Amino acid sequence: MAESGNGNLHGKQALEGEKRWGAGVIPYAKMGYWEPDYVPKDTDVLSAHRITPQAGVDPIEAAAAVAGESSTATWTVVWTDRLTNYKQYQAKAYRVDPVPGSDNQYIAYIAHDIDLFEEGSVPNLTASIIGNVFGFKALKALRLEDMRIPTAYLKTFPGPPHGIVMEREYLNKFGRPFLGATVKPKLGLSAKNYGRVVYEALKGGLDFTKDDENINSQPFMRWRDRFLFSIEGVNRANEMTGEVKGHYMNVTAATMEEIYERAEFAKSIGSPIIMIDLVIGYTAMTSISKWARANGMLLHLHRAGHGTYTRQKTHGVSFRVISKWVRMMGVDHVHAGTVVGKLEGDPNMIAGYYDTLRLNDTPIDPVKGLYFEQHWNSMPGVMPVASGGIHAGQMHQLLHYLGEDCVLQFGGGTIGHPMGIAAGAEANRVALEGMVKARNEGRDYLAEGDQILKDLAKKNQALQVALDIWGDISFNYESTDTPDVLPTATA
Amino acid sequence: MKVTQGAFSFLPELTDDEITLQVQYSIDQGFALAVEFTDDPHPRNCLWEMWDLPMFDIKDASAVVFEMNKCREAYPNHYIKIVAYDPHPNRQTTGLDFIVHRPAEEPGFRLDRQEANDRHINYTLHSYAVEKPHGERYSNGSK
Repeated sequence: MAESGNGNLHGKQALEGEKRWGAGVIPYAKMGYWEPDYVPKDTDVLSAHRITPQAGVDPIEAAAAVAGESSTATWTVVWTDRLTNYKQYQAKAYRVDPVPGSDNQYIAYIAHDIDLFEEGSVPNLTASIIGNVFGFKALKALRLEDMRIPTAYLKTFPGPPHGIVMEREYLNKFGRPFLGATVKPKLGLSAKNYGRVVYEALKGGLDFTKDDENINSQPFMRWRDRFLFSIEGVNRANEMTGEVKGHYMNVTAATMEEIYERAEFAKSIGSPIIMIDLVIGYTAMTSISKWARANGMLLHLHRAGHGTYTRQKTHGVSFRVISKWVRMMGVDHVHAGTVVGKLEGDPNMIAGYYDTLRLNDTPIDPVKGLYFEQHWNSMPGVMPVASGGIHAGQMHQLLHYLGEDCVLQFGGGTIGHPMGIAAGAEANRVALEGMVKARNEGRDYLAEGDQILKDLAKKNQALQVALDIWGDISFNYESTDTPDVLPTATA
Repeated sequence: MKVTQGAFSFLPELTDDEITLQVQYSIDQGFALAVEFTDDPHPRNCLWEMWDLPMFDIKDASAVVFEMNKCREAYPNHYIKIVAYDPHPNRQTTGLDFIVHRPAEEPGFRLDRQEANDRHINYTLHSYAVEKPHGERYSNGSK
């Protein structure tokens, strides 16, 4: 068993005096980046990293290196440290635990003084925590598993422009998840044909339709035309239903100036919501978040690109960390997984993301991958969006796993309905309302889900047809990102 | 047309027994219950009239259903909904609402378009129900 926690520390105490400051290269642990007795302050930013050291690299030294490289250290001793109150600025690895069932992975806990970070800046936070350190040669792989954002720092962030409660009041919809659909095919539709899909889906029963992440302003459909035809569809659907509906207008563009131009246009035509893609970056997202709050615009975030760094268990950044950052920085919606759909997602991991986005307090929970307690101090929650390969036949599972405050997005599951798009939307809405009703009536809706849906379908042909074609479709593949521990049944 | 606001508008009209179960669920969640009614179901009309004050600390769903039925008798040609207020921290908003009564005919809405420059269209939703003054809005002229 490797060294862990406060185990064998012999020879790893921080050096003092001449030994510490002589020119040359000394181990990070000995430079003060390993402090096993350190008690984190309430104002410290804490991080948990999964480290996989190169063969022969001591895990504690590796943890200290992560602390060093994400704070003050460079590869060699510099005397200019001594012009500073360096002990404050040095991040401190204070605990290293071996990962159960693994012979070369460790979880390193690191404390960072609050003064290391600029107020209200996720870009600055990320530049330190996931900066150069992720390319550090002494590590084979490194993953940021979780962070604890202290209240003092959290309060410098604005949070969602509206949040779950305000969005519900604005849309005047309560007590059930929202329904959405991404317009398909995602590429190639003309603006007028696109508006047709928006209208049919919203009229049929959805609350939202959505641009896809890679629909921006291509030759077959420029953004301004898409916005105009889509808002026609939204308003026609409001007329036909007496509800408040919306279409996420994707304002993602090559420059911030163009993003603002598109957002301003969406506002001028009365759209209640716009969307952005994660790939625009944290600075751009923060800017448009402030704009969204100032202009009363709901802000939807598509997490395009996240799978490149969130999916593999040993390297990258967990999506629960991304969830924290986007809640702080401020969006109203973010895609966070479906459990049962076509995209990666272990149910426990996804529960951790949803809790992080929605709850006010989350305790340590290894099963959900939550390494720290996190208090949000009443910062409004973000509405998680479940999208990708889900259909009406899974409604009981979706409600069970994802709860009430979420957007369930059925793209193919709406638009692919053989009776038409409006019928596809209706099938989803009937299934959703019927399942919520059954849950509220105290029925064991998860176990009885199939029967509840069958009974609903007897009175609704659209749902019957949906169940007939999709009822048996499931995506049962093994998840790559899973908890290190699983609950064991007692008795 | 059928106004599809509220949590259960796509289902067959709920019976009083089914309404009782939803009310009991709301009570069990710690929500306060209220009955609200309106003759203007415009989607932006978020302030329906209150049928008395919300009922706090009630244990028995039948009290709410009783009030709902009194409201139905008084306003047979209005929209009526049950509203459950969730007072819990970080919620403090409606927890559930659903329509329990509708006018015999729902006149619906007209979408007005004002054509402006640069292909802009300014949209307004016109509620047919409000063309007549309060008290005269639905077919039989009841309140």
